[in-house]
Amino acid sequence: MSNTELIPNLFRTEYSKLVAVICYKFGFDFVEQAEDIVSDTFLKASETWGMKGIPDNPKGWIYTVAKNNATDYFRRKNIYDSKILPDLREENSQYEIDTSQENIRDSQLKMIFAVCDPINPIESQIVLALRVLCGFGINEISSSLLITKANTNKRLYRAKQNLKNLDVVDFELTNDIINSRLDSVLKVLYLLFNEGYYSSNENYDIRKDLCFESMRLLYVLINYTKTNSHITNSLMALFCFHASRFDARVSKGGEFILYNDQDKSKWDEELVAKGMHFLTNAGSDDNSIYSYEARIAYWHSQKEVSEKQKWGSILQLYNKLLRQEYSPIAALNRTYALSKVEGKSIALVEAKKLDLDDNFYYNCLLLELSELEIERKKYFKKAMKLTKNNASKKILSRKYGRFLN
Amino acid sequence: MKQFMMIFRNEGMDGHDMSPEEMQGIMQQWNNWLGGIAAQDKLIGSEALGKTGKLLKDREVISDGPYAEVKEYISGYAITKADSFEEAVEVSKGCPIFDGGGTLEVRDVMVFDQ
Repeated sequence: MSNTELIPNLFRTEYSKLVAVICYKFGFDFVEQAEDIVSDTFLKASETWGMKGIPDNPKGWIYTVAKNNATDYFRRKNIYDSKILPDLREENSQYEIDTSQENIRDSQLKMIFAVCDPINPIESQIVLALRVLCGFGINEISSSLLITKANTNKRLYRAKQNLKNLDVVDFELTNDIINSRLDSVLKVLYLLFNEGYYSSNENYDIRKDLCFESMRLLYVLINYTKTNSHITNSLMALFCFHASRFDARVSKGGEFILYNDQDKSKWDEELVAKGMHFLTNAGSDDNSIYSYEARIAYWHSQKEVSEKQKWGSILQLYNKLLRQEYSPIAALNRTYALSKVEGKSIALVEAKKLDLDDNFYYNCLLLELSELEIERKKYFKKAMKLTKNNASKKILSRKYGRFLN
Repeated sequence: MKQFMMIFRNEGMDGHDMSPEEMQGIMQQWNNWLGGIAAQDKLIGSEALGKTGKLLKDREVISDGPYAEVKEYISGYAITKADSFEEAVEVSKGCPIFDGGGTLEVRDVMVFDQ
C-alpha cells in the first residue's frame, strides 16, 4: 500500500474503534475529547511518517500514541481522580486502555447501540453514526446527506447532548436491551445504506463509502452472537445483493444506469454469493420487510434466469411485503412486476388505482405502461415537473425518447 | 377513512382434497388479489380461518365444527379501509372466492363514541 493510501485506510478502520474504547473507559461525556485525541493522533502520524518514514507496525504506532495521548489528557485534567475513579470498572492498570479484540468489539457494539438510541430523531442518529462510528468529517457528512453544515452541526450537538444526559455507555448490552433496540439499530443502518445506494448525490466515491460503512457496521452485529439474528442476516443479504451491482449501476461520472442497460460483467459475483450465504442463514422463517426485500434483490442479482420465474416470484414477494407494510415505492414496484407477469394493460388498470398522482416515480410508471402516445406525453410532462434532480430528468428523457423512436 | 370487513364464505365442508399445485395456484390468486388492495394502501389485514371450530351457544353447550347450518361456512376475512361503502364494494371486485362459487359479504365496522 502506498504512503498516500495508508493513513486514510487506517483512519477508516481504526478511528471509530479507538473513539469507542476511550468512551467505554471514560464515558460518553468525553466523546468530543476522544474524537480530538484520535484525530490528533492521525495528524501526528501524517507529519511524523512523512519525515521519518512509515514505522514497521503502523497500526501499533497509532494505538500506542492514541492511548498515551488519552491517558495524558485525563491525567492532566485531573478529572480522573474526582470523577472517573469511583466509577471505574477495572481495578488494575488504571490508566491503561484495553485495546484487545474483545474490548474493541464490545466497545463498538455499545457505541452502535448508543448512537442509535431512539431518544434522538432518526436523521440525527444517521448524522451521529457517520461522525462517531464512521469518522466522517462535518464537510463529508454534509455533502453525503445533502444538508447544510449548519444543519449537520446542530443535529450533532443536540444528539450528543441527549446522549450525555442519558449516560448511555454505562449500560450493559442485556438481552432485553438488544431485543428492544435491535430493530431501530438495523433501521439506521438500512437508511444509511440507502443514502449511498439511492441518493441523488452525484459523487460516486461518497455513495460507495456510505454503502461500505453501513455494511461494515452491520458486520459487527453479525459477528456478535446476541445480535446475529434472522433479521440481521436478511439485512446483510439485502446489502450484499444491492452492493453487487453498485459498479454497474452508477458510472464514474455519477450517472445512474438503468437496470436493463447495465453491463452484467460488472456485477460482483462474490457479493452475490455472500448474499446467498446470509439469506440462507436468515432462514425461511423470517417475515421481516428486509427478508422480502432481500429475496427480491436476489432475483435482480441473477444473470441467467427465466424471466417468467423471476417476475412471478418478485410479484408474489411484493404482494406479501405490501400486506405486511405499505409503502408507495413497494406499490409501484409491485405494479411493474405485475406488468411483467400479466401484461401492460392489466397493470395499467391496477396502476390507476394507486392514487399517487404527485409522485415522480408514479408518473414514470404510468408513462411506461401506457399504450397511447397522447397519454405517455401527459405523464412525461407531469413527471418532469415533479423532479428537480438533473440525473432523474436525463434518465426520464432517455426513457421517453425510446418510445418515440 | 372508514373500516370495512369482507367475510368470505365457501360452499360445503367436505373439501375436495387439492393437490399441492392446485393449493399453490389458489394461494397465488389470493395473494395477487390481496396484494392489489394492499398496493392501494387499503388493506388492514386478512386471515384465512381453519376448518376445525367450536360453537358456543350457551355457557355450557359446546358443539363441534364451525357454524354451518347453511351450506356455506366462513373461510376467512379481510379488513379494509375506504372512504365509502361503494368504494369498499369496488375494492372487493375480482375476489378469487367467486371462482369456487363462494360468496363475499361486505360490512362496515362500527365506531362507537367513547
